[in-house]
Amino acid sequence: MTETTSSERLPIALRTEALEQLLTERGLVDPAVMDKFIQMYETAVGPMNGAKVIAKAWTDPEYRARLLSDGTAAIAELGFKGSQGEHIVVIENTANTHNVVVCTLCSCYPWPVLGLPPSWYKDPAYRARIVREPRAVLAEMGLELPAETEIVVRDSSSEVRWLVLPERPDGTDDLSEEQLAELVTRDAMVGVAKVEAP
Amino acid sequence: MTASAPLEVDGPAAPPRSNGELVFAEPWESRAFGLAVTLHDAGAFEWSQFQAALIAQIAAWERGREAGECFSYYRCWLAALESVLAETGLVTANDVTQRAALLAARPPDHDH
Repeated sequence: MTETTSSERLPIALRTEALEQLLTERGLVDPAVMDKFIQMYETAVGPMNGAKVIAKAWTDPEYRARLLSDGTAAIAELGFKGSQGEHIVVIENTANTHNVVVCTLCSCYPWPVLGLPPSWYKDPAYRARIVREPRAVLAEMGLELPAETEIVVRDSSSEVRWLVLPERPDGTDDLSEEQLAELVTRDAMVGVAKVEAP
Repeated sequence: MTASAPLEVDGPAAPPRSNGELVFAEPWESRAFGLAVTLHDAGAFEWSQFQAALIAQIAAWERGREAGECFSYYRCWLAALESVLAETGLVTANDVTQRAALLAARPPDHDH
């Protein structure tokens, strides 16, 4: 893209507003549709969707098997589909192996189950360092893993969007699926945290 | 390079300990996001086209970054969107610059 010097002096918010005006005037963007999309990703689509998927996998072995063999299809069973929901691959964390997800090139992320990615996920420091020194980065983020735990870094792309199935915490046998879902965090589904018992 | 940079502990890119983070830090970011999603939904371009442009913008920023400069994901996002729109001929960079200059010339109380 070529930018003139004058455009660089203008605030980015003005440039965005200018683009929106032009696209609206030319009939390329319907403002009502756009507002609906923004509101959807601000309020309706988020990690609570993924939490329901995880809780169901913890309580229903057949669902768990379907989820691990075809993530996108099993997730769609619960009604979660749409943009960036194609090619979701679910990988389970175990006592011996811990998976953590990154998109090294940009910000590929399974929107229907996690919503839009947080800023740290998109940040160059996370994207570069989690690949080179995952144990140190996870520790900085509050997750100290035993030396014997193998860490596998999963690089998401438009062909594969990874979702972590975290370990179900001990002491949760009496909890319902709904109660379990409340324990599951976005960070655990990206693999930068574990799910804690209440 | 970011080789040994610690993760930010505070600030917009800090890894949060909970899920309570705002999706968009500033209103224009949500508009930039919405424009790309709406245009794609309307068939203006393939998502893979936009994604390739986004990867290129992020890579260019990482190559050309100056010390201490903060990464803005949605700046890259907007630049990617503009480049795709320019390629398809729907809106040129010049169109946007001219309109932005007009908007900048508005009196300060224009929305009151």
